[in-house]
Amino acid sequence: MTPEESSETTETLGTNLIGNGVSRRTFLKFCSTVASAMALPPTAATAMAETLSKATRQSVIWLSFQECTGCTESITRSHKPTLESLIFDFVSLDYHHTLQAASGDAAEHAREEAQKAHKGKYILIVDGSIPAENNGYSTIAGISNRQMLEDVAKDAMAIVSVGTCAAYGGLPKADPNPTGAVAVSDIIKDKPIINIPGCPPIPVVMTGVLAHVLTFGIPELDKHGRPVAFFGESIHDRCYRRPFYDKGLFAKGFDDEGARKGWCLFEVGCKGPTTFNACATTKWNNGTSFPIQSGHGCIGCSEPDFWDAGSFYKALSTGSINPSEWATDALVAGAAIGVASGLLNRAGKSKAQDKHDPVTLEDMGGKK
Amino acid sequence: MNEVELLNWARGPGLAYAIIIMVAGLTLRVFEIVSLGRPKELAKVRSSGTSDGLMMIAKRSIPEPRNWRYITASYIFHIGLLIVVFFFIPHTQFFRDLFGVFWGGWPNYIIDFFTVLSIAAMMYTLIQRRIDPARRILTKASDYLAWVVTFLPFVTGYMAFHRLGPDYTLMLALHILSVELLMVMLPMTKLTHAVTFILSRYYTGSSMGRRGIKA
Repeated sequence: MTPEESSETTETLGTNLIGNGVSRRTFLKFCSTVASAMALPPTAATAMAETLSKATRQSVIWLSFQECTGCTESITRSHKPTLESLIFDFVSLDYHHTLQAASGDAAEHAREEAQKAHKGKYILIVDGSIPAENNGYSTIAGISNRQMLEDVAKDAMAIVSVGTCAAYGGLPKADPNPTGAVAVSDIIKDKPIINIPGCPPIPVVMTGVLAHVLTFGIPELDKHGRPVAFFGESIHDRCYRRPFYDKGLFAKGFDDEGARKGWCLFEVGCKGPTTFNACATTKWNNGTSFPIQSGHGCIGCSEPDFWDAGSFYKALSTGSINPSEWATDALVAGAAIGVASGLLNRAGKSKAQDKHDPVTLEDMGGKK
Repeated sequence: MNEVELLNWARGPGLAYAIIIMVAGLTLRVFEIVSLGRPKELAKVRSSGTSDGLMMIAKRSIPEPRNWRYITASYIFHIGLLIVVFFFIPHTQFFRDLFGVFWGGWPNYIIDFFTVLSIAAMMYTLIQRRIDPARRILTKASDYLAWVVTFLPFVTGYMAFHRLGPDYTLMLALHILSVELLMVMLPMTKLTHAVTFILSRYYTGSSMGRRGIKA
């Protein structure tokens, strides 16, 4: 469908769902799930269903910069044929490198057309970071990432930064950050930006946030620009292995007795305590499991700079340093200064002794 | 700098600086003290004083039956400190990573109990310092500083563990930073006694022994 067609269409989500054989009951169930996942009041589910079913196709432009396409992989794998996929059928995805049929000039033309047709109304989704060091590091159709972002963001209603790269810089920003990678929010300052971090983000979180934007507008965000509903609690606080942490029962490796008994993975590097995401509650693959459930610690992928937080396999309470490289030097330096200080003290002492003038009885006013 | 960057700094460069200052500083202190030597014995030396010195290190750990409330509080604090520092499981992981030694950890509720007990004991000793005229006169600003830098890791650690304060990641970063402050202050204040108590007790014991006084 071309942007012109999508802008003219009167097809609503309601008619779209009926056409796809989805009952109102199933749709309401989805709305209830999204509403409860986002901690909205019970009445919100009905309101969401009403608004969504009457809503027309929302134009979305999806820009991919320095990324691995994992975010797209994640969102496309979430459905088929779940209701989430219909929500995305309902959204008019006017530009997306990986998913669009057009290529070359036609693809870029589709983006420009969508920008014009839905000026001020389209949602811009971004995955991937932007190289600030040199615009030539990443270009699309000869246009630098930065230029394309600024150009498309200008007339967007809101921006959704999908994935840790777009939200915080992600892997490209990891030390030593060769491309000078920055997040979308480092460049765009005058538009509402919703961050949905994760490497990749959870599909239902992406669709849930989008449903919220379509019905109630921008959701409540935390200080990192993440929707509080999905990123308000840490993995650790929601983890089903948490009681083992409190009891002091830990897996020491990935194949020991503790691991087999499903004990806490803190000692093998789980970053759950400092990671805020919904993995432990919404889970992955249609609620099947999440990393900790399958035996691997959380790597903290929805947090800024998680790549630079040391090894994924070292406990959070350990340092990310190697003192054996320099601790001896510190010891030797301390000893050397200590000896020097001791010698100085001794010299001072003998000097004082040499200078010492004995006090005589006369000095004290006595007689010989 | 956000809280994640702060935590990364605290676990990385911050920790490295703290270890360097602590190790170099404490070594300097010990060498400085040892190089002072001991005064010439004017009386006849009765024994080498070695056993008396060693005996004194242990003997001075036994509480004396005076001002029992204050002494109890001090003991509770010191024992609590050792338990919390060396037996809280995340702490044991820190030491295992650093030294390759693991001595087992205790369940969180035991650590929590000793943390609260130690905090209460520290508060009590501080109040006593203010109330008791003799202690108040003897306490200098640096002693209050030593109290503060010892108290902070307890409070920040307790808050982080119980998810109090604005944000767990921030509290964890502040906890690690407070410990690093304590490490830095260790060679610079009377907190040096954590290491030099062995030297001073040995010195006292052996001096007495050399003069024939039973330690």
